[in-house]
Amino acid sequence: MITPSGAEPAALLRISALTKRFGGFIALDNVSVDIHPGERFGLIGPNGSGKTTLINCISGAFRTEAGTVVFDGEDITSLPPHIRTRRGIARSFQIPRPFKSMTVAENLMVALDFASVAGDFIPAAQRRDTVMSILTQTGLASKADLSTLGLSQVELRKMELARAMATHPKLLISDEAMAGLSSSEVDEVLDLLIKLAGQGITIIMIEHIMQAVMRFSERLMCLDAGKIIAIGTPAEVMANQRVQEAYLGT
Amino acid sequence: MSRNSLAFWIGATLFLFAALAMTQIIGNEYPFFACYVILQFIVLAVAWSILGGYAGYVNFGTSAFFGVGVYTAVFLFKAFDAPLAVQIAVAAAFGAFLGFALGLLTLRMQGIFFSIATIALTIIIETSVTNWRFVGGAAGIQLQRPMVTAPFHSYVQMLFFVQALLVVLAVAIARYIQNSWIGRGLQALKDDELAAECTGVPTLRLKVTACVISGALMCAAGAPAAMYLQYADPSSAFNLNYSVSALAMSLIGGTAHWAGPIVGAILLGVTQQLLTVTISSEVNVLVLGVMLVLFVVAAPEGIIGLIRKAARKRTGGGA
Repeated sequence: MITPSGAEPAALLRISALTKRFGGFIALDNVSVDIHPGERFGLIGPNGSGKTTLINCISGAFRTEAGTVVFDGEDITSLPPHIRTRRGIARSFQIPRPFKSMTVAENLMVALDFASVAGDFIPAAQRRDTVMSILTQTGLASKADLSTLGLSQVELRKMELARAMATHPKLLISDEAMAGLSSSEVDEVLDLLIKLAGQGITIIMIEHIMQAVMRFSERLMCLDAGKIIAIGTPAEVMANQRVQEAYLGT
Repeated sequence: MSRNSLAFWIGATLFLFAALAMTQIIGNEYPFFACYVILQFIVLAVAWSILGGYAGYVNFGTSAFFGVGVYTAVFLFKAFDAPLAVQIAVAAAFGAFLGFALGLLTLRMQGIFFSIATIALTIIIETSVTNWRFVGGAAGIQLQRPMVTAPFHSYVQMLFFVQALLVVLAVAIARYIQNSWIGRGLQALKDDELAAECTGVPTLRLKVTACVISGALMCAAGAPAAMYLQYADPSSAFNLNYSVSALAMSLIGGTAHWAGPIVGAILLGVTQQLLTVTISSEVNVLVLGVMLVLFVVAAPEGIIGLIRKAARKRTGGGA
């Protein structure tokens, strides 16, 4: 996996003064944040606070009105999503979006076919091995040749993460991969994310499940109504008055 | 070359030999007239499925591409006395260009907008040709076939063989796409366009590529039709029937595999020919409609889908 070399002070992802509007509604208002290489970054906020919008702006699904996104030292603000994926930004979706006409292994093959940069093209013979090693890591090896239609919710979430991993990312964005899962399943997915972070992949995790957020995050950011209301260590953020107001109401 | 590829090319060669042998053995011209139409529909259906089947973008503009092919041939023949091969090659190039322009303009939008744009394209081009005097305008144009070259005894026989060559070309291209990274990318974007983009698939580029290839093949299929009928007029060259047939044949045959449109085109093409001869040419349109409805309801994956389901049942696995 790609590990940033020694003393690299620069941020892996630098979001500067990002603004996104939907008509008159301001979904993101002048958001600026740096994500450091290798960091486990938690993103929380009440429903509609702009978390997924921020992810869509980072991954390129949405065009932004103002501000810049700099990834790995390059301005990617105007690049389409597939180029960003090739540069090393991978994501999962809040509601799983598998390629439903394909098997689990074929889903990952798409990533190998298209996301690998010209330099590290994987020969056909090794593809299956690459796919299987990712599936083993994510606990889906036994499902490799099953249609994605036959997967359970937790398996679909893992498949999304596995497919994202197959793009060989530097930054992985997990969008509520644990929503709706049982507590043992939450632990499974959480362990998986922590394991991936251990391999040097920077991870942004959006989550509502607080126990998971607290265990996972090295740094935590809370959005409310498109603005950053708190950022810091998980303990600091949770102690913040405005965060408590946003979550619990006053 | 893999065993599958070898079998495919042996099959294709046998098919061409059989077509050539037919022209040497059968003296009667009627079989060639009938089979030419079926071959033409195979090319159209296969070409349609490259965009409509693999990528899931429904093109109602087959007749626009077909008609452009016809009139490219008419223009080249009238202006420069161009030979058939040149007519087809230029028509294909023009079809590719048209596919590129249409794709770039409309494929950024997802789903239904592309389909609507293809209908508009048909109307615009048909209207333009209708008002173009040089190629006969609304009244149409008569064409005198040149002398036929050996080994063929009649021009229709030669056109039949040329269309057989186009079938092999179209099927080989469709098969290559299906088995290559292009096909996997199209399949991914058909399933979920955003997920495909976020997995690194250049969706716009692949869609435009599919539209270019599909358009080139449709125009190529249309080019010999001018000489086949010795006549061209806008309302028959741009007849909506081509769009409906290509779509119906692909869907009835099944779009998940390159063989689907061939099966569909043969089945419907033969049925249409039989009905035209035995009952009337109007009835075949009715039959087309009824079969399309039946398949959409009972076998949405087409004949290929039915075969696959049966095969899966026989092996007894859910996999």
